[in-house]
This record gives sequence, C-alpha cells and structure tokens, in this order.
Amino acid sequence: MSDSRIPSFRRGVKFRFDAVRDAWIVLAPERLFVPDEHAAEVLKLVDGARTLSGIADDLCARFDAPRDVVLTDVAAMLDDLAERGVVAW
Amino acid sequence: MVAPPDPPMSLLLELTHRCPLQCPYCSNPLKLERAADELSTADWLSVLDQAAALGVLQVHFSGGEPMARADLPDLVRHAAKLGLYTNLITSAVLLNERTLGALAESGLDHVQISFQGSDAAGADRIGNYAGGHAKKLAAAALVRASGLALTLNFVVHRHNIARVPDMIAMGEAFGAGRIEIANVQYYGWGLLNRAALLPTRAALDECTDTVLSARARLRGRMLIDYVVPDYYAAEPKGCMGGWARRFINISPAGRALPCHAAETLPGFDWPDVRTHSLADIWYASEPFVRYRGTGWMPEPCRSCDRREQDWGGCRCQAFALTGDASRTDPACHLSPDHAMMAEAAQAASAPAPPFAYRRIGQRGV
Repeated sequence: MSDSRIPSFRRGVKFRFDAVRDAWIVLAPERLFVPDEHAAEVLKLVDGARTLSGIADDLCARFDAPRDVVLTDVAAMLDDLAERGVVAW
Repeated sequence: MVAPPDPPMSLLLELTHRCPLQCPYCSNPLKLERAADELSTADWLSVLDQAAALGVLQVHFSGGEPMARADLPDLVRHAAKLGLYTNLITSAVLLNERTLGALAESGLDHVQISFQGSDAAGADRIGNYAGGHAKKLAAAALVRASGLALTLNFVVHRHNIARVPDMIAMGEAFGAGRIEIANVQYYGWGLLNRAALLPTRAALDECTDTVLSARARLRGRMLIDYVVPDYYAAEPKGCMGGWARRFINISPAGRALPCHAAETLPGFDWPDVRTHSLADIWYASEPFVRYRGTGWMPEPCRSCDRREQDWGGCRCQAFALTGDASRTDPACHLSPDHAMMAEAAQAASAPAPPFAYRRIGQRGV
C-alpha cells in the first residue's frame, strides 16, 4: 500500500510548541487545535515535501506499528484536518 | 473548591474606536472612546508581553479601524516575535500596497476584511462611506497577491441577506481560505438598530440552506463560518466559549473585558491594564471571576445538561433584554423570558426604520 499525496499546512496555519501548556498547538485563522500526542507526531512530519507513504514509513520505524494500519490512520487524520482547513493536499 | 481556570487562548485588542465607517451594527459600545484616551504604544507592548507569558496564543488587532493607529506594524512585529499568531481585523479602507507591505514585513499571519455586502451601492449605504466597497475589493486583491491568509467577513441583515450566494461567490473569486457569513449580533449599535436589521425567519432559513449547500460543495477548499441571529435559535450560543474562559478583550482606553460588549453591563469595575497585571486580571479580578464557570448560574441553567456547552449563553444579551445580567439568556427555549425573542422578531416583518449610524458622540452618552 502506498500513497504519494503530499500534505502541507495551508496558508496562514502555524504548528508550534507552547511552553505554557507543554503541548503542541495548531494555530489558524480564527481556529486553534490542540492535537493529541499521536496527531502531533504526524504533524511534525508535515513539511510540504514528504509523501503520506513517507510519513507512515517514518512513524512505523519509530513506533513499531503495522504499516497499513498507520497509513490508513494517518490518511484519515489528515483528511479530517484538510476539511477543517488546516492542511491541503 | 473551584479549579483555577486554564490560561486564556485569545486576546482582542481594540486599538482605537476611530473608524472611517459608520456601520449601524458596529460591535463597539455606544459610548466610543476618543483618540486622546487611547493607550500608548508602550502600554500595548506591555500587554503583548504579559499576554504571551500568560499563555495567550492568538492576538487579534481590531478596533474601530486598527490601521488608524500608526504604530500597528510595531505592535504586530512585537507580537510575532513573541510567537503569537497575529490576526488583523480591518475594514481595509486604509489598506494599500505600502501599509500592507509594512504589516506583512512585520510578520502578520492573517487578514480579515469586513464587507458590508456584495454590491457597492448597498454596502456603501451600510458603512455610510462612499467608495468604501471599491476600496475593499482592491484591498482584498492586494492581500491575496501578498500571499497572506485572507478571510472575507460578511455581516448579514435584512437588507443584504438575499445576496449571500453572491458573497460566497466573492470569497471563491478571491481565493479566500475562509469566509464568514455572520448575521448581526444584537448588542450595542446592533440592538439600537434591531428593527432596521433583523431578517425574517423565512429569509434566515433560505440563507442557512444556501450556506450549508455551499459548505458541502467547497469542502476542503474554503471554510465558511456561519453565525445566526439568536432570535431564531432554540438554544443559546456558548458566548465567548464561556465568560472569561478563553478570551480577553482590551478596550482602547485599557479596560480589560471578558468580551467586546461587556462594557454594556452596569455594576462592574473593569480592571485597567495600566494599573493591574494581565495575570491578576485573568485569575483574580472580580469582573472576570463573577460569571466564570457554573457556580453563578440560576435555574434552569444550574441543573441543565448543556450548562458546560453554552455556559448559560450571553450575559450581555441577558442584561440587554431582561435588565438582569445573571438571568438565563432569553435565546434559550428553557428561559422564562424566551417569548421576548419572538416578540422582537415581529419587527422583521414591518417596514425597516432608518439607521442610527455609528458616530462618536452621536448618542450623547
């Protein structure tokens, strides 16, 4: 299974660590999301260059999870964030 | 024992109440601040420092027209350096290549341009500013070309609600990432002009259908945020995400408020950012604590399953309509005052009275 789509943050979206809350935060126009730890690990790999498959490979190597499950989960998560205006394909 | 509140998420700076436009639904209070009473640049810089330390993540530069302040690029640059997400909420009639360039160079993240409609004649009548709509169109094109994120905000009422399809088309034409179709909220100037502005339920229902189908069509391309008038709602909005739970508003003269309309409430001694730290204001000041959480609630809110979703609705609306800020928001169908909403909505079917335009000193209050 492979997926060559490349996610990137949309115009005006920032992803940064907040020391006050000790958490990663997605900042967007009139929007603010606090991703859970899994989502934050995915978003750290969104750089406008890596493909979805590349992101899944990286996560599998580090977290010892079945690759097809990771790929499906990551695609679903990023699709949801695309609908919410955070990432674009 | 009540748990201490989370840090605030957002800070809205009303840098000034000066504005070239005179929209009859302006969210500023009826008693507008004069330029001489505005905070200094140093005061605003200190507010930004304190906000970042407190945990604020987003700062909205608003007004009045924030671009009327010559120090706006300096404030944006300071906020950006602190890691704050910077949003400009503007009428855009003062926006040109030079002023936008200074803001972009300062690290501005997002520009939200208000439109009074989709056609020049109708829009300029609302703003009472000839040529305003054309300036906004030019400004939106400049923002788009600059690469900054752009939102078009359309304020909707009985005079333009039928043109919502054109407004959505404008958003698409500009390639905006986001638009707002925001019905007027009836506080302050909006409440004063309610009979001239509130649409009928039938007009609102048609608008809602239009927005929902456009949302489905534009999914993943353009976000459409939609705000309805409380007068046709069965449940109140979770105003500001709850009193003093996420948000701080600072007035031009430096008063800290839990929302931009809170100065309409009597019996409050609003803390001044020049004499109180933002942390003290957030965690300990009486006005911020008064309606925070659920402890203050009367019935039917106190025992309601939705009490931590809508937080009792809006305190300003409760006061404006019932004279008591601690009552359940009349927008709720469980409120003993709910019938007032339907009574007020009857005006929407009568001929519209003329506007009371927003002007400094206009109300003599």
